[in-house]
Amino acid sequence: MKKLVISIVLVNLLAACASEPKKEVASAPAPAEATKVTPATPAQAAVDPLNDPASILAKRSVYYPFDVAVVQDADKPVVQAHAKYLSEHANRNVRLEGNCDERGSNEYNLGLGQRRADGVKKMLELGGAKAGQLESVSYGEEKPMASGHDEASWSQNRRTDLNYAK
Amino acid sequence: MARVLRGLFGLWLLVQTSMSMATLNIEIIGAGEHQIPIALVPFGGDENLAQSINEVVSGDLQRSGLFRLVDPTGKSPHEPAEVSYPDWQVRGAEALVIGTVAAQSDGRIEARFRLLDAVKEIELIGQAVSANENQLRAIGHRIADLIYEKLTGDRGVFSTRIAYVNRQGRKFSLIVADSDGYNEQAVLTHNEPIMSPAWSPDGSHLAYVSFETGHAVVYVQSLYTNQRVVLANFPGSNSAPAWSPDGKQLAVVLTRDGSSQVYLIRPDGSGLRRMTFSGAIDTEPNFSPDGQSLLFISDRGGSAQIYRMPVEGGPAQRMTFNEGNNFSPRHSPDGKSFVFAHLSKGRFYIAVQDFQTGQMTLLTEGGWEKKPSFAPNGKLILFASEARGRGILATVSSDGRVKQHMFTQSGDAREPTWGSYP
Repeated sequence: MKKLVISIVLVNLLAACASEPKKEVASAPAPAEATKVTPATPAQAAVDPLNDPASILAKRSVYYPFDVAVVQDADKPVVQAHAKYLSEHANRNVRLEGNCDERGSNEYNLGLGQRRADGVKKMLELGGAKAGQLESVSYGEEKPMASGHDEASWSQNRRTDLNYAK
Repeated sequence: MARVLRGLFGLWLLVQTSMSMATLNIEIIGAGEHQIPIALVPFGGDENLAQSINEVVSGDLQRSGLFRLVDPTGKSPHEPAEVSYPDWQVRGAEALVIGTVAAQSDGRIEARFRLLDAVKEIELIGQAVSANENQLRAIGHRIADLIYEKLTGDRGVFSTRIAYVNRQGRKFSLIVADSDGYNEQAVLTHNEPIMSPAWSPDGSHLAYVSFETGHAVVYVQSLYTNQRVVLANFPGSNSAPAWSPDGKQLAVVLTRDGSSQVYLIRPDGSGLRRMTFSGAIDTEPNFSPDGQSLLFISDRGGSAQIYRMPVEGGPAQRMTFNEGNNFSPRHSPDGKSFVFAHLSKGRFYIAVQDFQTGQMTLLTEGGWEKKPSFAPNGKLILFASEARGRGILATVSSDGRVKQHMFTQSGDAREPTWGSYP
Protein backbone atom coordinates (compact mmCIF):
# COMPACT_ATOMS: atom_id res chain seq x y z
CA MET A 1 0.00 0.00 0.00
CA LYS A 2 2.82 2.34 0.92
CA LYS A 3 4.44 1.58 -2.45
CA LEU A 4 1.22 2.46 -4.17
CA VAL A 5 1.05 5.81 -2.38
CA ILE A 6 4.63 6.60 -3.31
CA SER A 7 4.06 5.78 -6.94
CA ILE A 8 0.97 7.95 -7.00
CA VAL A 9 2.91 10.84 -5.50
CA LEU A 10 5.57 10.32 -8.15
CA VAL A 11 3.02 10.28 -10.90
CA ASN A 12 1.52 13.45 -9.51
CA LEU A 13 4.90 15.10 -9.53
CA LEU A 14 5.46 13.99 -13.09
CA ALA A 15 2.04 15.20 -14.09
CA ALA A 16 2.81 18.56 -12.49
CA CYS A 17 6.00 18.84 -14.54
CA ALA A 18 4.23 18.13 -17.77
CA SER A 19 2.32 21.07 -19.13
CA GLU A 20 -1.05 20.15 -17.80
CA PRO A 21 -3.79 20.64 -20.35
CA LYS A 22 -6.76 22.62 -19.19
CA LYS A 23 -9.37 20.25 -18.02
CA GLU A 24 -12.38 21.28 -19.96
CA VAL A 25 -15.35 19.99 -18.06
CA ALA A 26 -18.31 19.60 -20.30
CA SER A 27 -20.94 21.29 -18.18
CA ALA A 28 -24.19 19.43 -17.96
CA PRO A 29 -26.95 20.63 -20.24
CA ALA A 30 -28.89 23.11 -18.17
CA PRO A 31 -32.64 22.85 -18.40
CA ALA A 32 -34.51 25.95 -19.55
CA GLU A 33 -35.84 26.89 -16.12
CA ALA A 34 -32.32 26.94 -14.71
CA THR A 35 -31.09 29.34 -17.37
CA LYS A 36 -33.92 31.68 -16.55
CA VAL A 37 -32.60 31.90 -13.02
CA THR A 38 -30.64 35.11 -13.41
CA PRO A 39 -29.25 36.74 -10.26
CA ALA A 40 -30.15 34.45 -7.43
CA THR A 41 -33.04 35.57 -5.32
CA PRO A 42 -34.41 33.88 -2.21
CA ALA A 43 -37.41 32.74 -4.27
CA GLN A 44 -35.18 30.35 -6.22
CA ALA A 45 -34.29 28.32 -3.15
CA ALA A 46 -36.45 25.45 -4.39
CA VAL A 47 -34.46 25.05 -7.62
CA ASP A 48 -32.48 21.81 -7.79
CA PRO A 49 -28.83 22.84 -7.31
CA LEU A 50 -27.89 20.12 -9.76
CA ASN A 51 -29.37 22.29 -12.49
CA ASP A 52 -27.45 25.40 -11.50
CA PRO A 53 -24.68 25.92 -14.07
CA ALA A 54 -22.78 28.03 -11.54
CA SER A 55 -22.77 25.24 -8.95
CA ILE A 56 -19.80 22.95 -8.46
CA LEU A 57 -22.34 20.20 -9.18
CA ALA A 58 -22.24 21.29 -12.83
CA LYS A 59 -18.87 19.55 -12.94
CA ARG A 60 -19.67 15.96 -13.79
CA SER A 61 -16.22 14.59 -14.65
CA VAL A 62 -13.02 13.93 -12.73
CA TYR A 63 -9.66 13.43 -14.45
CA TYR A 64 -6.59 11.28 -13.81
CA PRO A 65 -2.89 11.01 -14.62
CA PHE A 66 -1.79 8.02 -16.75
CA ASP A 67 -2.48 4.61 -15.21
CA VAL A 68 -3.83 6.16 -11.98
CA ALA A 69 -7.27 5.51 -10.51
CA VAL A 70 -7.18 7.67 -7.36
CA VAL A 71 -9.28 10.85 -7.41
CA GLN A 72 -6.87 13.78 -7.58
CA ASP A 73 -6.88 16.52 -4.94
CA ALA A 74 -8.12 19.08 -7.46
CA ASP A 75 -11.23 16.99 -8.13
CA LYS A 76 -12.00 15.94 -4.57
CA PRO A 77 -14.28 18.96 -3.86
CA VAL A 78 -16.33 18.00 -6.92
CA VAL A 79 -16.87 14.43 -5.73
CA GLN A 80 -17.54 15.62 -2.16
CA ALA A 81 -20.17 18.09 -3.40
CA HIS A 82 -21.93 15.33 -5.34
CA ALA A 83 -21.77 13.09 -2.27
CA LYS A 84 -23.45 15.79 -0.20
CA TYR A 85 -26.08 16.36 -2.88
CA LEU A 86 -26.84 12.63 -3.14
CA SER A 87 -27.10 12.29 0.63
CA GLU A 88 -29.69 15.10 0.59
CA HIS A 89 -31.55 13.80 -2.46
CA ALA A 90 -32.15 10.13 -1.80
CA ASN A 91 -34.32 9.86 -4.92
CA ARG A 92 -31.44 10.75 -7.25
CA ASN A 93 -29.28 8.00 -8.79
CA VAL A 94 -25.96 8.41 -10.54
CA ARG A 95 -24.00 6.16 -12.84
CA LEU A 96 -20.19 6.38 -12.57
CA GLU A 97 -18.57 5.72 -15.92
CA GLY A 98 -14.82 5.09 -15.91
CA ASN A 99 -12.79 5.77 -19.06
CA CYS A 100 -9.13 5.45 -20.05
CA ASP A 101 -6.69 6.59 -22.65
CA GLU A 102 -5.59 4.07 -25.26
CA ARG A 103 -2.19 3.24 -23.74
CA GLY A 104 -2.80 -0.27 -22.51
CA SER A 105 -4.71 -3.25 -23.81
CA ASN A 106 -8.48 -2.98 -24.17
CA GLU A 107 -8.95 -5.42 -21.27
CA TYR A 108 -6.44 -3.78 -18.96
CA ASN A 109 -8.12 -0.45 -19.58
CA LEU A 110 -11.50 -1.96 -18.86
CA GLY A 111 -10.11 -2.97 -15.47
CA LEU A 112 -8.53 0.44 -14.92
CA GLY A 113 -11.75 2.25 -15.86
CA GLN A 114 -13.66 0.06 -13.43
CA ARG A 115 -11.15 0.90 -10.72
CA ARG A 116 -11.60 4.62 -11.47
CA ALA A 117 -15.39 4.40 -11.33
CA ASP A 118 -15.27 2.29 -8.16
CA GLY A 119 -12.93 4.82 -6.56
CA VAL A 120 -15.42 7.63 -7.15
CA LYS A 121 -18.22 5.39 -5.93
CA LYS A 122 -16.37 4.67 -2.69
CA MET A 123 -15.70 8.36 -2.14
CA LEU A 124 -19.38 9.20 -2.73
CA GLU A 125 -20.41 6.54 -0.19
CA LEU A 126 -17.95 7.93 2.36
CA GLY A 127 -19.50 11.33 1.77
CA GLY A 128 -22.99 10.11 2.59
CA ALA A 129 -24.43 8.71 -0.65
CA LYS A 130 -26.16 5.35 -0.36
CA ALA A 131 -24.86 2.35 -2.33
CA GLY A 132 -28.30 1.97 -3.88
CA GLN A 133 -27.98 5.38 -5.55
CA LEU A 134 -24.72 4.44 -7.24
CA GLU A 135 -23.72 2.21 -10.13
CA SER A 136 -20.16 1.97 -11.44
CA VAL A 137 -19.32 0.80 -14.93
CA SER A 138 -16.23 0.92 -17.11
CA TYR A 139 -15.92 1.70 -20.79
CA GLY A 140 -12.16 1.24 -20.73
CA GLU A 141 -10.73 2.80 -23.90
CA GLU A 142 -13.80 1.91 -25.99
CA LYS A 143 -15.56 5.28 -25.89
CA PRO A 144 -12.87 7.93 -26.25
CA MET A 145 -14.00 11.56 -26.09
CA ALA A 146 -10.94 12.60 -28.16
CA SER A 147 -9.28 10.30 -30.69
CA GLY A 148 -5.77 11.73 -31.13
CA HIS A 149 -2.62 9.80 -30.16
CA ASP A 150 -1.42 12.64 -27.96
CA GLU A 151 -1.59 13.90 -24.40
CA ALA A 152 -4.20 16.52 -25.35
CA SER A 153 -6.59 13.71 -26.28
CA TRP A 154 -5.44 11.22 -23.66
CA SER A 155 -5.94 13.68 -20.79
CA GLN A 156 -9.59 14.10 -21.79
CA ASN A 157 -10.11 10.34 -22.01
CA ARG A 158 -8.73 9.51 -18.54
CA ARG A 159 -11.92 10.32 -16.77
CA THR A 160 -14.83 9.24 -14.63
CA ASP A 161 -18.16 10.78 -15.59
CA LEU A 162 -20.96 11.21 -13.08
CA ASN A 163 -24.04 10.54 -15.15
CA TYR A 164 -27.27 11.29 -13.27
CA ALA A 165 -30.37 9.30 -14.13
CA LYS A 166 -33.12 11.51 -15.52
CA MET B 1 7.30 4.02 -45.26
CA ALA B 2 11.01 4.38 -44.55
CA ARG B 3 10.25 3.67 -40.92
CA VAL B 4 8.50 0.43 -41.77
CA LEU B 5 11.29 -0.77 -44.01
CA ARG B 6 14.13 0.15 -41.70
CA GLY B 7 15.41 -2.81 -39.79
CA LEU B 8 14.32 -5.38 -42.30
CA PHE B 9 16.97 -7.85 -43.34
CA GLY B 10 17.92 -8.69 -46.88
CA LEU B 11 15.73 -7.85 -49.80
CA TRP B 12 12.47 -6.03 -49.60
CA LEU B 13 9.64 -5.62 -51.96
CA LEU B 14 6.32 -3.95 -51.89
CA VAL B 15 3.45 -5.66 -53.59
CA GLN B 16 0.12 -3.99 -53.81
CA THR B 17 -2.65 -6.42 -54.60
CA SER B 18 -5.86 -4.87 -55.80
CA MET B 19 -8.43 -7.38 -56.86
CA SER B 20 -11.52 -6.69 -58.89
CA MET B 21 -13.84 -8.05 -56.21
CA ALA B 22 -11.75 -6.41 -53.54
CA THR B 23 -13.31 -5.36 -50.28
CA LEU B 24 -9.89 -4.60 -48.97
CA ASN B 25 -6.41 -3.71 -49.97
CA ILE B 26 -3.37 -5.78 -49.06
CA GLU B 27 0.22 -4.56 -48.89
CA ILE B 28 3.14 -6.90 -48.34
CA ILE B 29 6.41 -5.57 -46.95
CA GLY B 30 9.61 -7.57 -46.70
CA ALA B 31 10.55 -11.04 -47.89
CA GLY B 32 11.66 -14.33 -46.43
CA GLU B 33 15.32 -15.24 -46.53
CA HIS B 34 14.74 -18.10 -48.92
CA GLN B 35 11.79 -17.80 -51.29
CA ILE B 36 10.68 -20.70 -53.43
CA PRO B 37 10.30 -19.59 -57.06
CA ILE B 38 6.98 -20.96 -58.25
CA ALA B 39 5.04 -20.52 -61.51
CA LEU B 40 1.24 -20.62 -61.36
CA VAL B 41 -0.17 -21.25 -64.80
CA PRO B 42 -3.76 -19.98 -65.04
CA PHE B 43 -5.94 -23.10 -65.16
CA GLY B 44 -7.58 -24.31 -68.35
CA GLY B 45 -11.33 -24.55 -68.69
CA ASP B 46 -13.58 -21.69 -67.59
CA GLU B 47 -11.42 -18.56 -67.91
CA ASN B 48 -13.23 -16.47 -65.28
CA LEU B 49 -13.20 -19.22 -62.69
CA ALA B 50 -9.56 -19.90 -63.48
CA GLN B 51 -8.60 -16.27 -63.01
CA SER B 52 -10.45 -15.96 -59.70
CA ILE B 53 -8.77 -19.07 -58.31
CA ASN B 54 -5.37 -17.99 -59.61
CA GLU B 55 -5.69 -14.63 -57.81
CA VAL B 56 -6.48 -16.32 -54.50
CA VAL B 57 -3.65 -18.87 -54.76
CA SER B 58 -1.04 -16.32 -55.83
CA GLY B 59 -2.20 -13.85 -53.14
CA ASP B 60 -1.96 -16.51 -50.43
CA LEU B 61 1.48 -17.73 -51.46
CA GLN B 62 2.85 -14.19 -51.74
CA ARG B 63 1.53 -13.12 -48.36
CA SER B 64 3.32 -16.01 -46.69
CA GLY B 65 6.60 -14.40 -47.77
CA LEU B 66 7.99 -17.84 -48.60
CA PHE B 67 7.31 -17.82 -52.35
CA ARG B 68 8.36 -15.75 -55.34
CA LEU B 69 6.00 -15.87 -58.31
CA VAL B 70 7.58 -16.66 -61.66
CA ASP B 71 5.80 -15.12 -64.67
CA PRO B 72 4.21 -17.87 -66.78
CA THR B 73 3.44 -15.59 -69.76
CA GLY B 74 3.69 -17.37 -73.10
CA LYS B 75 3.38 -20.92 -71.75
CA SER B 76 0.08 -22.46 -70.71
CA PRO B 77 0.29 -26.20 -70.12
CA HIS B 78 -2.74 -27.69 -68.35
CA GLU B 79 -1.77 -31.39 -68.39
CA PRO B 80 1.56 -33.03 -67.49
CA ALA B 81 2.06 -34.14 -71.09
CA GLU B 82 2.02 -30.51 -72.18
CA VAL B 83 4.79 -29.46 -69.78
CA SER B 84 8.23 -28.81 -71.19
CA TYR B 85 10.40 -28.63 -68.06
CA PRO B 86 13.32 -26.74 -69.66
CA ASP B 87 10.92 -23.81 -70.32
CA TRP B 88 10.46 -23.46 -66.58
CA GLN B 89 14.03 -24.20 -65.57
CA VAL B 90 15.14 -21.34 -67.82
CA ARG B 91 12.80 -19.02 -65.97
CA GLY B 92 14.19 -20.12 -62.65
CA ALA B 93 11.01 -21.83 -61.43
CA GLU B 94 11.54 -24.64 -58.95
CA ALA B 95 7.85 -25.51 -58.78
CA LEU B 96 5.02 -25.36 -61.28
CA VAL B 97 1.25 -25.47 -60.78
CA ILE B 98 -1.07 -26.46 -63.62
CA GLY B 99 -4.66 -27.60 -63.83
CA THR B 100 -8.17 -27.13 -65.12
CA VAL B 101 -11.40 -25.83 -63.61
CA ALA B 102 -14.99 -26.41 -64.63
CA ALA B 103 -18.53 -26.13 -63.30
CA GLN B 104 -20.04 -29.56 -62.65
CA SER B 105 -23.55 -30.62 -63.63
CA ASP B 106 -24.65 -30.22 -59.98
CA GLY B 107 -23.45 -26.60 -59.96
CA ARG B 108 -20.34 -27.25 -57.92
CA ILE B 109 -17.01 -25.96 -59.13
CA GLU B 110 -14.18 -28.46 -59.43
CA ALA B 111 -10.52 -27.63 -59.90
CA ARG B 112 -8.08 -30.41 -60.80
CA PHE B 113 -4.54 -29.30 -60.19
CA ARG B 114 -1.02 -30.65 -60.16
CA LEU B 115 2.06 -29.39 -58.33
CA LEU B 116 5.20 -30.28 -60.26
CA ASP B 117 8.82 -30.16 -59.18
CA ALA B 118 10.38 -28.29 -62.09
CA VAL B 119 13.93 -29.25 -61.11
CA LYS B 120 13.45 -32.97 -60.50
CA GLU B 121 10.75 -33.06 -63.18
CA ILE B 122 8.32 -35.07 -61.06
CA GLU B 123 4.73 -34.63 -59.91
CA LEU B 124 4.37 -33.79 -56.22
CA ILE B 125 0.59 -33.45 -55.94
CA GLY B 126 -2.31 -34.33 -58.23
CA GLN B 127 -5.66 -33.57 -56.66
CA ALA B 128 -9.20 -32.34 -57.28
CA VAL B 129 -10.72 -29.66 -55.04
CA SER B 130 -14.39 -28.71 -55.27
CA ALA B 131 -16.80 -26.34 -53.58
CA ASN B 132 -20.08 -24.56 -54.18
CA GLU B 133 -20.06 -21.71 -56.65
CA ASN B 134 -20.25 -19.09 -53.90
CA GLN B 135 -17.17 -20.60 -52.25
CA LEU B 136 -14.78 -20.15 -55.12
CA ARG B 137 -12.22 -18.48 -52.88
CA ALA B 138 -12.27 -21.55 -50.62
CA ILE B 139 -11.01 -23.65 -53.56
CA GLY B 140 -8.09 -21.25 -54.03
CA HIS B 141 -7.26 -21.28 -50.30
CA ARG B 142 -7.35 -25.09 -50.24
CA ILE B 143 -5.01 -25.36 -53.23
CA ALA B 144 -2.66 -22.80 -51.66
CA ASP B 145 -2.68 -24.80 -48.40
CA LEU B 146 -1.74 -28.02 -50.23
CA ILE B 147 1.09 -26.30 -52.15
CA TYR B 148 2.35 -24.56 -49.01
CA GLU B 149 2.34 -27.77 -46.99
CA LYS B 150 4.12 -29.79 -49.67
CA LEU B 151 6.86 -27.24 -50.31
CA THR B 152 7.49 -25.89 -46.79
CA GLY B 153 6.65 -28.90 -44.65
CA ASP B 154 4.34 -26.79 -42.47
CA ARG B 155 0.57 -26.93 -42.50
CA GLY B 156 -1.06 -24.05 -44.41
CA VAL B 157 -3.43 -21.62 -42.72
CA PHE B 158 -5.05 -20.06 -45.79
CA SER B 159 -8.36 -21.87 -45.21
CA THR B 160 -8.66 -20.66 -41.63
CA ARG B 161 -10.76 -17.73 -40.42
CA ILE B 162 -10.16 -14.66 -38.32
CA ALA B 163 -12.44 -12.57 -36.12
CA TYR B 164 -12.12 -8.90 -35.21
CA VAL B 165 -14.11 -5.88 -34.10
CA ASN B 166 -14.81 -3.10 -36.58
CA ARG B 167 -15.59 0.35 -35.16
CA GLN B 168 -17.20 2.94 -37.37
CA GLY B 169 -18.15 6.05 -35.48
CA ARG B 170 -20.35 4.76 -32.66
CA LYS B 171 -21.18 1.52 -34.46
CA PHE B 172 -19.35 -1.64 -33.44
CA SER B 173 -19.47 -4.88 -35.45
CA LEU B 174 -18.07 -8.29 -34.63
CA ILE B 175 -16.66 -9.59 -37.92
CA VAL B 176 -15.68 -13.08 -39.04
CA ALA B 177 -13.62 -13.24 -42.25
CA ASP B 178 -11.29 -15.51 -44.22
CA SER B 179 -7.64 -15.44 -43.17
CA ASP B 180 -6.91 -12.95 -45.98
CA GLY B 181 -9.64 -10.60 -44.73
CA TYR B 182 -12.15 -11.39 -47.48
CA ASN B 183 -15.68 -12.73 -47.01
CA GLU B 184 -16.39 -10.40 -44.09
CA GLN B 185 -19.53 -11.35 -42.21
CA ALA B 186 -20.95 -9.37 -39.31
CA VAL B 187 -21.89 -11.67 -36.44
CA LEU B 188 -23.19 -8.84 -34.26
CA THR B 189 -23.65 -5.07 -34.70
CA HIS B 190 -24.46 -2.55 -31.96
CA ASN B 191 -24.12 1.11 -31.13
CA GLU B 192 -22.32 0.09 -27.96
CA PRO B 193 -18.78 -1.32 -27.69
CA ILE B 194 -17.96 -4.93 -28.56
CA MET B 195 -14.65 -6.34 -27.28
CA SER B 196 -12.39 -9.34 -26.94
CA PRO B 197 -13.59 -11.94 -29.50
CA ALA B 198 -12.28 -15.44 -28.67
CA TRP B 199 -12.65 -18.55 -30.85
CA SER B 200 -13.70 -21.85 -29.35
CA PRO B 201 -11.04 -24.48 -30.14
CA ASP B 202 -13.30 -26.15 -32.76
CA GLY B 203 -14.17 -22.84 -34.42
CA SER B 204 -17.89 -23.30 -33.84
CA HIS B 205 -18.39 -20.52 -31.27
CA LEU B 206 -17.15 -17.05 -30.45
CA ALA B 207 -17.01 -15.68 -26.93
CA TYR B 208 -16.96 -11.89 -26.74
CA VAL B 209 -17.83 -8.87 -24.59
CA SER B 210 -20.74 -6.62 -25.49
CA PHE B 211 -21.91 -3.43 -23.76
CA GLU B 212 -25.39 -3.63 -25.26
CA THR B 213 -27.03 -3.76 -21.81
CA GLY B 214 -24.97 -0.80 -20.55
CA HIS B 215 -22.00 -2.61 -19.03
CA ALA B 216 -19.50 -5.28 -20.07
CA VAL B 217 -21.15 -8.73 -20.31
CA VAL B 218 -19.54 -11.91 -21.73
CA TYR B 219 -21.53 -13.91 -24.30
CA VAL B 220 -20.88 -17.18 -26.14
CA GLN B 221 -22.44 -17.34 -29.60
CA SER B 222 -22.74 -20.22 -32.06
CA LEU B 223 -21.56 -19.31 -35.55
CA TYR B 224 -23.87 -21.97 -37.03
CA THR B 225 -27.17 -21.04 -35.37
CA ASN B 226 -26.27 -17.51 -34.20
CA GLN B 227 -27.86 -18.44 -30.87
CA ARG B 228 -26.01 -17.22 -27.83
CA VAL B 229 -25.86 -17.59 -24.08
CA VAL B 230 -24.84 -15.09 -21.41
CA LEU B 231 -21.64 -16.50 -19.99
CA ALA B 232 -21.00 -13.91 -17.28
CA ASN B 233 -23.20 -11.00 -16.24
CA PHE B 234 -22.17 -10.01 -12.74
CA PRO B 235 -22.19 -6.48 -11.31
CA GLY B 236 -19.25 -4.45 -12.63
CA SER B 237 -17.23 -5.56 -15.65
CA ASN B 238 -17.24 -9.06 -17.17
CA SER B 239 -14.50 -9.45 -19.72
CA ALA B 240 -11.52 -11.12 -21.42
CA PRO B 241 -12.93 -14.59 -22.25
CA ALA B 242 -10.36 -17.27 -23.22
CA TRP B 243 -11.13 -20.93 -24.04
CA SER B 244 -9.30 -23.91 -22.62
CA PRO B 245 -7.81 -26.12 -25.38
CA ASP B 246 -10.44 -28.84 -24.76
CA GLY B 247 -13.27 -26.28 -24.96
CA LYS B 248 -14.69 -27.42 -21.62
CA GLN B 249 -14.09 -24.19 -19.74
CA LEU B 250 -13.24 -20.55 -20.23
CA ALA B 251 -11.16 -18.14 -18.23
CA VAL B 252 -12.94 -14.82 -17.73
CA VAL B 253 -12.21 -11.64 -15.78
CA LEU B 254 -14.78 -10.32 -13.31
CA THR B 255 -14.89 -7.36 -10.94
CA ARG B 256 -17.75 -8.82 -8.88
CA ASP B 257 -15.46 -9.30 -5.85
CA GLY B 258 -13.56 -6.01 -6.18
CA SER B 259 -10.80 -5.46 -8.71
CA SER B 260 -10.42 -7.37 -12.00
CA GLN B 261 -9.62 -11.00 -11.18
CA VAL B 262 -9.36 -14.19 -13.25
CA TYR B 263 -12.03 -16.89 -12.88
CA LEU B 264 -12.81 -20.18 -14.62
CA ILE B 265 -16.32 -20.96 -15.83
CA ARG B 266 -17.97 -23.63 -18.01
CA PRO B 267 -19.34 -22.63 -21.44
CA ASP B 268 -22.91 -22.85 -20.08
CA GLY B 269 -22.10 -20.37 -17.29
CA SER B 270 -21.88 -22.92 -14.49
CA GLY B 271 -19.01 -23.92 -12.20
CA LEU B 272 -17.54 -20.48 -11.46
CA ARG B 273 -14.16 -20.73 -9.73
CA ARG B 274 -11.89 -17.84 -8.75
CA MET B 275 -8.26 -18.21 -9.89
CA THR B 276 -6.40 -15.06 -8.78
CA PHE B 277 -6.54 -13.25 -5.42
CA SER B 278 -4.34 -10.22 -5.92
CA GLY B 279 -6.46 -7.10 -5.44
CA ALA B 280 -4.62 -5.79 -8.52
CA ILE B 281 -5.88 -5.70 -12.11
CA ASP B 282 -5.43 -9.29 -13.34
CA THR B 283 -6.72 -9.79 -16.89
CA GLU B 284 -6.17 -11.18 -20.40
CA PRO B 285 -5.84 -14.84 -19.41
CA ASN B 286 -4.64 -17.29 -22.09
CA PHE B 287 -4.39 -21.09 -21.74
CA SER B 288 -1.23 -22.97 -22.67
CA PRO B 289 -1.76 -25.51 -25.50
CA ASP B 290 -1.54 -28.38 -22.97
CA GLY B 291 -4.23 -26.72 -20.84
CA GLN B 292 -2.00 -26.83 -17.75
CA SER B 293 -1.19 -23.16 -17.22
CA LEU B 294 -2.45 -19.65 -17.81
CA LEU B 295 -0.62 -16.56 -18.92
CA PHE B 296 -2.25 -13.30 -17.82
CA ILE B 297 -1.29 -9.72 -17.12
CA SER B 298 -1.30 -8.01 -13.77
CA ASP B 299 -0.25 -4.68 -12.33
CA ARG B 300 0.39 -6.29 -8.93
CA GLY B 301 4.05 -5.26 -9.19
CA GLY B 302 3.17 -1.64 -9.91
CA SER B 303 2.75 -1.78 -13.70
CA ALA B 304 1.24 -4.18 -16.22
CA GLN B 305 3.44 -7.26 -16.70
CA ILE B 306 2.91 -10.85 -17.82
CA TYR B 307 2.55 -13.66 -15.28
CA ARG B 308 2.03 -17.41 -15.46
CA MET B 309 0.17 -19.67 -13.06
CA PRO B 310 -0.97 -23.32 -12.97
CA VAL B 311 -4.62 -23.90 -13.91
CA GLU B 312 -5.04 -26.07 -10.83
CA GLY B 313 -4.12 -23.03 -8.74
CA GLY B 314 -1.02 -21.83 -6.95
CA PRO B 315 1.37 -18.93 -7.01
CA ALA B 316 1.90 -16.88 -10.16
CA GLN B 317 5.34 -16.36 -11.62
CA ARG B 318 6.32 -13.11 -13.30
CA MET B 319 7.48 -13.65 -16.89
CA THR B 320 8.43 -10.21 -18.21
CA PHE B 321 11.07 -7.94 -16.70
CA ASN B 322 11.84 -5.62 -19.60
CA GLU B 323 11.51 -1.86 -19.27
CA GLY B 324 8.00 -0.83 -20.25
CA ASN B 325 4.64 -2.51 -19.86
CA ASN B 326 3.41 -5.73 -21.43
CA PHE B 327 -0.07 -6.77 -22.47
CA SER B 328 -2.12 -9.42 -24.30
CA PRO B 329 0.02 -12.58 -24.00
CA ARG B 330 -0.81 -15.50 -26.32
CA HIS B 331 0.94 -18.87 -26.34
CA SER B 332 2.52 -20.12 -29.54
CA PRO B 333 0.83 -23.31 -30.84
CA ASP B 334 3.88 -25.40 -29.82
CA GLY B 335 3.81 -23.86 -26.33
CA LYS B 336 7.48 -22.88 -26.48
CA SER B 337 7.01 -19.12 -26.62
CA PHE B 338 4.41 -16.39 -26.25
CA VAL B 339 3.64 -13.27 -28.23
CA PHE B 340 2.50 -10.04 -26.60
CA ALA B 341 2.14 -6.27 -27.00
CA HIS B 342 5.08 -4.38 -25.52
CA LEU B 343 4.59 -0.71 -24.59
CA SER B 344 7.78 1.30 -24.34
CA LYS B 345 8.20 5.10 -24.44
CA GLY B 346 4.68 5.59 -25.77
CA ARG B 347 4.93 3.04 -28.61
CA PHE B 348 3.41 -0.42 -28.88
CA TYR B 349 5.50 -3.23 -30.38
CA ILE B 350 4.64 -6.84 -31.17
CA ALA B 351 7.14 -8.97 -29.28
CA VAL B 352 7.76 -12.66 -28.71
CA GLN B 353 9.46 -14.27 -25.72
CA ASP B 354 10.94 -17.74 -25.44
CA PHE B 355 9.85 -19.61 -22.30
CA GLN B 356 13.15 -21.41 -21.91
CA THR B 357 15.60 -18.55 -22.42
CA GLY B 358 13.37 -15.67 -21.32
CA GLN B 359 14.71 -13.80 -24.37
CA MET B 360 12.38 -11.13 -25.77
CA THR B 361 12.48 -10.29 -29.49
CA LEU B 362 10.68 -7.32 -31.06
CA LEU B 363 8.98 -8.35 -34.31
CA THR B 364 7.83 -4.89 -35.41
CA GLU B 365 9.18 -1.37 -35.53
CA GLY B 366 6.56 -0.01 -33.16
CA GLY B 367 3.55 2.27 -33.38
CA TRP B 368 -0.02 1.40 -32.47
CA GLU B 369 0.44 -2.35 -32.67
CA LYS B 370 -1.71 -4.34 -30.30
CA LYS B 371 -3.45 -7.66 -29.73
CA PRO B 372 -1.21 -10.25 -31.40
CA SER B 373 -2.42 -13.80 -31.99
CA PHE B 374 -0.69 -16.75 -33.66
CA ALA B 375 -1.90 -18.48 -36.79
CA PRO B 376 -2.58 -22.13 -35.91
CA ASN B 377 0.68 -23.19 -37.62
CA GLY B 378 2.68 -20.69 -35.56
CA LYS B 379 4.28 -19.14 -38.66
CA LEU B 380 2.33 -15.87 -38.78
CA ILE B 381 1.07 -13.46 -36.14
CA LEU B 382 -2.04 -11.37 -36.69
CA PHE B 383 -2.33 -8.05 -34.86
CA ALA B 384 -4.10 -4.69 -34.85
CA SER B 385 -2.13 -1.83 -36.32
CA GLU B 386 -2.72 1.62 -37.69
CA ALA B 387 -1.99 3.18 -41.07
CA ARG B 388 -3.26 6.30 -42.79
CA GLY B 389 -5.18 7.23 -39.68
CA ARG B 390 -7.20 4.02 -39.55
CA GLY B 391 -7.15 0.90 -37.45
CA ILE B 392 -6.09 -1.97 -39.73
CA LEU B 393 -5.25 -5.66 -39.55
CA ALA B 394 -1.64 -6.66 -39.99
CA THR B 395 0.45 -9.81 -39.93
CA VAL B 396 4.11 -10.45 -39.34
CA SER B 397 5.92 -13.74 -39.90
CA SER B 398 7.09 -15.32 -36.66
CA ASP B 399 10.69 -14.48 -37.63
CA GLY B 400 9.75 -10.81 -38.15
CA ARG B 401 10.85 -10.77 -41.80
CA VAL B 402 7.58 -10.39 -43.69
CA LYS B 403 4.78 -7.98 -42.82
CA GLN B 404 1.49 -7.27 -44.48
CA HIS B 405 -1.22 -4.70 -43.96
CA MET B 406 -4.85 -5.48 -44.68
CA PHE B 407 -7.07 -2.46 -45.15
CA THR B 408 -10.67 -3.29 -44.45
CA GLN B 409 -13.36 -1.48 -46.39
CA SER B 410 -14.12 1.17 -43.80
CA GLY B 411 -13.89 1.95 -40.11
CA ASP B 412 -11.26 0.85 -37.61
CA ALA B 413 -10.35 -2.82 -37.32
CA ARG B 414 -9.55 -3.78 -33.71
CA GLU B 415 -8.70 -6.81 -31.61
CA PRO B 416 -8.19 -9.43 -34.34
CA THR B 417 -7.84 -13.06 -33.37
CA TRP B 418 -6.89 -16.02 -35.53
CA GLY B 419 -9.18 -19.05 -35.50
CA SER B 420 -8.22 -22.72 -35.50
CA TYR B 421 -7.83 -25.14 -38.41
CA PRO B 422 -11.17 -25.92 -40.12
